[in-house]
Amino acid sequence: MKANGVVFKYGDNVDTDVIIPARYLNSSDPVELAKHCMEDIDKEFIRKVSKGDIIVANKNFGCGSSREHAPIAIKAAGVSCVIAETFARIFYRNAINIGLPIIECKEASKGIENGDKVEIDFDSGIIYNQTKGTQYQGQAFPEFMQKIIKAEGLINYINTRE
Amino acid sequence: MGMTMTQKILAAHAGLEKVTAGQLIEANLDLVLGNDITSPVAIHEMDKMKVQTVFDKDKIALVPDHFVPNKDIKSAEHCQCVRQFAKKHDITNYFEVGEMGIEHALLPEKGLVVAGDVVIGADSHTCTYGALGAFSTGVGSTDMAAGMATGKAWFKVPSAIKFILTGKPAKWVSGKDIILHIIGMIGVDGALYQSMEFTGDGISNLSMDDRFTIANMAIEAGGKNGIFPVDSLAIEYMKEHSIKTYQIYEADPDAEYEREITIDLSTLKPTVAFPHLPENTHPIDEIEEIVVDQVVIGSCTNGRIEDLRVAARVLEGRKVKKGLRVIIIPATQKIYLQAMEEGLIKTFIEAGAIVSTPTCGPCLGGYMGILAAGERCVSTTNRNFVGRMGHIDSEIYLASPAVAAASAITGKISSPYGLGL
Repeated sequence: MKANGVVFKYGDNVDTDVIIPARYLNSSDPVELAKHCMEDIDKEFIRKVSKGDIIVANKNFGCGSSREHAPIAIKAAGVSCVIAETFARIFYRNAINIGLPIIECKEASKGIENGDKVEIDFDSGIIYNQTKGTQYQGQAFPEFMQKIIKAEGLINYINTRE
Repeated sequence: MGMTMTQKILAAHAGLEKVTAGQLIEANLDLVLGNDITSPVAIHEMDKMKVQTVFDKDKIALVPDHFVPNKDIKSAEHCQCVRQFAKKHDITNYFEVGEMGIEHALLPEKGLVVAGDVVIGADSHTCTYGALGAFSTGVGSTDMAAGMATGKAWFKVPSAIKFILTGKPAKWVSGKDIILHIIGMIGVDGALYQSMEFTGDGISNLSMDDRFTIANMAIEAGGKNGIFPVDSLAIEYMKEHSIKTYQIYEADPDAEYEREITIDLSTLKPTVAFPHLPENTHPIDEIEEIVVDQVVIGSCTNGRIEDLRVAARVLEGRKVKKGLRVIIIPATQKIYLQAMEEGLIKTFIEAGAIVSTPTCGPCLGGYMGILAAGERCVSTTNRNFVGRMGHIDSEIYLASPAVAAASAITGKISSPYGLGL
């Protein structure tokens, strides 16, 4: 499994309120949520993002509310992976559970800049910055997490097991 | 090496003698919680599952509280979805408008959580019940769906930070000031993936409402849970509110902690968190003039009866500053009624505040007190992120009910000391 796309770079403590503001939580439709993804931190994001693009941030990405709408909005906006130095724990669970790949990698989070083109190999955990020619070793996805992601989420994965 | 209090509860619920930090376990759940925002997503996920029944209709709590009474058509449809699900599965603990309250104030009041329980809730402030000596933590909607269907959830056993609280807080210093002080000290990711275990003789000086407030905001330091030892006050509370059997777990004397932090509560001052993170804390006497447009007193953090009593003590016989909007929200119907019987509501209205039916409304920028660009609010809620209460150019200052009420009188961030109280 691989991801390949252009990077949208953010800082520390990107909270779920800016990822998907609560004023839009009267909907749970992924397409509707995606229209407002990152709206309160980057108004241009949804206009610029293309399928496969990658979000890179510093520490504690996804802090705050437990709303699963946050990773749902990011995934539905076309983002293929989020790389951060660290993730808030509820966001981490939610992302895996809905099948949005996420990788913790401090070096990549420090070294990758906005607009860089990046390729990620989920089997090996290697993050390659095509723009700068630099490479980082992120944590490889354990097999069961790859299966959850391939199945598009935990529920589908559970269904395929039983 | 021994186990922390949290680890002991998790081990018991996983059927294991011993667990260690980092271990992946599957634990049996005593309660699964959801609200009107997170439950519809969980219900949709459950629809996709092969298992179409709930594990135990008595161990699921559904509390529409965020956008109720329904703020618009879409919210009404979400609530309808939750209501229909509750009816279809004959869910015992579904709380309709009229009997509901803000979930984390309501569940302990209804006796649905007791010491030793393992609780997951699709709301980040589910960590509140640690005040009763339960392990409780926030999860997302998919985990809620799996929990409702199977009665189980997987956890990575957390390591812990031990907070040793000593001494007695000064007048007007409350649980809110203590937890804001702690978040200011360790940062919004200071307890990431960890338990925050509170101990020390200072705890005997904290009311249950103080403890609920402290445990409630463990998530604002990134914590997995916050937990208090079960003392006579906690037992008294559970006996008054619940018929469930509680189980007391204590940390082993040789339990391992990543950090130990001692805090002398007598040295703390009323504390305010500035925009846009709960870690941006300042003691009240170091704050320069900050004029505000709105004051909110309420939420799962500070909408309990003691919070309202403190606010009333400050507002009694005084008037809200002309031009300021003051919104007070009792967290449950029972608290609302109690506040009425004690004359607190009369005090609020005579002072010039409005009093609302229970709702999370303004805390997350839903409705009932949205801010325009450039406006500032002093709020007893739990988050001051960009745009949390409205426009991205508005500002939220997190504070205790005492500071919020004093600020309502002066129109700028103030403490009751400044009013001669």
